[in-house]
Amino acid sequence: MNINKDAKNLTKESSASTRRSLTLREVKDILQCKVLSGEDKLDMSVDVACGADLMSDVLAFIKPNALLLTGLTNAQVIRTAEMVDIKAIVFVRGKQPTAEALELAKEKRIPLLSTKFLMYESCGQLYKAGLPGGSELDKPT
Amino acid sequence: MNDEVLYRKRFDIQGRDFSNAGNVSSQVKAVLKEIGIEAYVIRRTAIAAYEGEMNIVMYADKGELEFLIDREKIQLIFTDQGPGIEDINLAMQPGYSTAPPEMQEMGFGAGMGLPNIIKNADKFEIQSEVGKGTTLHVIIYHSKHPE
Repeated sequence: MNINKDAKNLTKESSASTRRSLTLREVKDILQCKVLSGEDKLDMSVDVACGADLMSDVLAFIKPNALLLTGLTNAQVIRTAEMVDIKAIVFVRGKQPTAEALELAKEKRIPLLSTKFLMYESCGQLYKAGLPGGSELDKPT
Repeated sequence: MNDEVLYRKRFDIQGRDFSNAGNVSSQVKAVLKEIGIEAYVIRRTAIAAYEGEMNIVMYADKGELEFLIDREKIQLIFTDQGPGIEDINLAMQPGYSTAPPEMQEMGFGAGMGLPNIIKNADKFEIQSEVGKGTTLHVIIYHSKHPE
């Protein structure tokens, strides 16, 4: 696995496990993803992740340089990603985006991945690998 | 003058046209990026624009967005010919929604739209008349050091 040694440690608390960014390639390996678009962007890294099916909650809670995990597959997911500069999207539970969503993602150059894992499992594995959640970025360091 | 309009554009928003929902906000965002507005301000404006646009798409027959930029602020003025809002205070409460289930399947209509707009706005005004329509006026300041 291609570990990014320079990934910044996002929390300074000694008790917390080391928090770090992940590349999309690492995300792909951890969640055994199929890449649906943006194969050329797998070296891009994400600093934080957000798991949600409600796009208004994504708009309310998302942080910069985020990965979105969702089970929603319509074009509104891509629009939401575009509005708040979400770096990439992982569809959980083996879901496939609609043709409209896929086309829009290609147009907006947003990488899409799909995993068989459920939402809880996907989030848990990425968290275990070090990728922090949004509220951790609010903590003073 | 700080309130001299430097950029003005009017967009039509078609109600129930979910295929194009977000298109207007996308154009708003592109303009702000081109002008070189700070990323944090673009983000707040994009969220307010998108939620406002989704509200018109979800609830109204048609509406429009007037988008204005001057030296100190960005203004988004949404006007729709829609059902209007019976109880504005209730509509502004997080979690309150009158959206049908098919809207919720799209990831919206969970009563977070107006709260999200308010959260990202520096100034917010809403006027609504049942059976006629709703107007939202959002102001976001972009200049840290007004001249």
